[in-house]
Amino acid sequence: MKKLINGAENVVAEALAGMAAAHRDLIRVHFEPDYIVRADAPVRGKVGLVSGGGSGHEPMHGGFVGRGMLDAACPGAIFTSPTPDQMSEATKAVEGGAGVLHIVKNYTGDIMNFEMAAELAKEDGIEVRQVVIDDDVAVKDSLYTAGRRGVGATVLAEKICGGAAEAGADLDRVAALCGAVNGAARSMGLALAPCTVPQAGKPSFELADDEMEFGIGIHGEPGRKRMKLEQADHVAGMLMEPILAELPFRWGDEVLLFVNGMGATPLIELYIVYRAAQAIAEKHGLTVSRRLVGPFMTSLEMAGVSITLLRLDDQMRKAWDAPVVTPAMRWGA
Amino acid sequence: MARDAALLIAWMRRLAATIRAHEAELTALDAAIGDGDHGANLARGFNKVEQKLDAEMPATPAALFRLVGMTLIGWVGGAAGPLYGTFFLEAGKAAGSAAELDEAGLVRCLAAGLAGVKARGKAEPGDKTMVDALTPAIEALGSGGSLAEAGRAARAGAKATAPLVARKGRASYLGERAIGHVDPGATSSVLLIESLAEAG
Repeated sequence: MKKLINGAENVVAEALAGMAAAHRDLIRVHFEPDYIVRADAPVRGKVGLVSGGGSGHEPMHGGFVGRGMLDAACPGAIFTSPTPDQMSEATKAVEGGAGVLHIVKNYTGDIMNFEMAAELAKEDGIEVRQVVIDDDVAVKDSLYTAGRRGVGATVLAEKICGGAAEAGADLDRVAALCGAVNGAARSMGLALAPCTVPQAGKPSFELADDEMEFGIGIHGEPGRKRMKLEQADHVAGMLMEPILAELPFRWGDEVLLFVNGMGATPLIELYIVYRAAQAIAEKHGLTVSRRLVGPFMTSLEMAGVSITLLRLDDQMRKAWDAPVVTPAMRWGA
Repeated sequence: MARDAALLIAWMRRLAATIRAHEAELTALDAAIGDGDHGANLARGFNKVEQKLDAEMPATPAALFRLVGMTLIGWVGGAAGPLYGTFFLEAGKAAGSAAELDEAGLVRCLAAGLAGVKARGKAEPGDKTMVDALTPAIEALGSGGSLAEAGRAARAGAKATAPLVARKGRASYLGERAIGHVDPGATSSVLLIESLAEAG
């Protein structure tokens, strides 16, 4: 293991301290329980947006805290769900009188911890709504599994709900919008090389030099199949195909195309994939009117890429375009 | 035999030591079909339980179980935190205000804990989870079996998870690739029951 750390046990706390110092104009970090809130929290009269999950996916979620996006983020241990006390304290810290929305990725631990947090917050008299994100087409959604995983659509939902909440939408509308984004988004990812959780000390799986894992999860969970690495255009096609098959994207639909880096894959390769993915979308009659390219939801130093396609409506586009001022996403302000 | 808070504290200390001794084993089981953090997460939680017990001595079984449950919920994370946390919180509620638990009282607490786990995790026997170890153990105790027999029933229940396809948690993503692996949660549940037998 080759990492710039001081000790495996201190990775999350030291990174949080670094974020607090680097972005003191935008966020505040609370320790024990750990959570990040926007510097001006709570914002009176605005729906509070809280998300969270295991660490190791930076900039998600802490990098998305700020005006126009999240009010708070709860970082767990690396790849481990945060705990209910973090979420309930964060919920209290951002409650501005209009209720709080929890945006939760569909993993067993995250769901249970957020459920318990919502129960605690309700005991404190705070109105809490929960929306679960499950956009990963690599996993079969069935009664007999934990269901599809939450991946790239989380980033889009947090931006779009943040824009709507900032513009004054109430809790019902923000929650409905979050559900609509999840329903209209699908994602697929692959890995070229694994990552190493500091406390584990060795890679979570192994891939030969000429192999890729197709349908990878963001914690190094195995995907649909392991196969020979192909050229970028071919890989983009393999990722787009199940996405386009899963949702009835129709000729003429307006979409947002998000090409996400898993951590170690450089932007130059992401742009090559983006170019191919956009061409495929256009060949299917889709109009790509908004796009996002970069490492926004990573898996430590995993090499790989994921593609998310979101069918936009007017409300989503308007909230996407709204100003945002966070450590990792900033425009229009 | 009746167990007061002091005897149950001895159980918790024994369990913490057992989890530490088996941390690598639990992590290896989890790496095979999950995300490889079960041992580290449980060890972190039970180390915190020990620290809290060094600082304060709960006076009743209910107070002890509540302290353990809240500590695990706050320090374990993942799915195991809410599940083991719920187990002890529900056991604490079932303990009521009793100063000590007789055999029937202990079984009532453990059964309430199991019911809480099933409700929180929406799991049933055969889903390849901790429920598969806890259910036969508590059934053995409920029908008059000894703690040692309960430990053996838990061990057999965990072993029987190997041929199953997982229906809950991250192992469910693997489909048939989970077959052949013993469930890590069922294995930590065996330690919970065995440490109770060892603590007496």
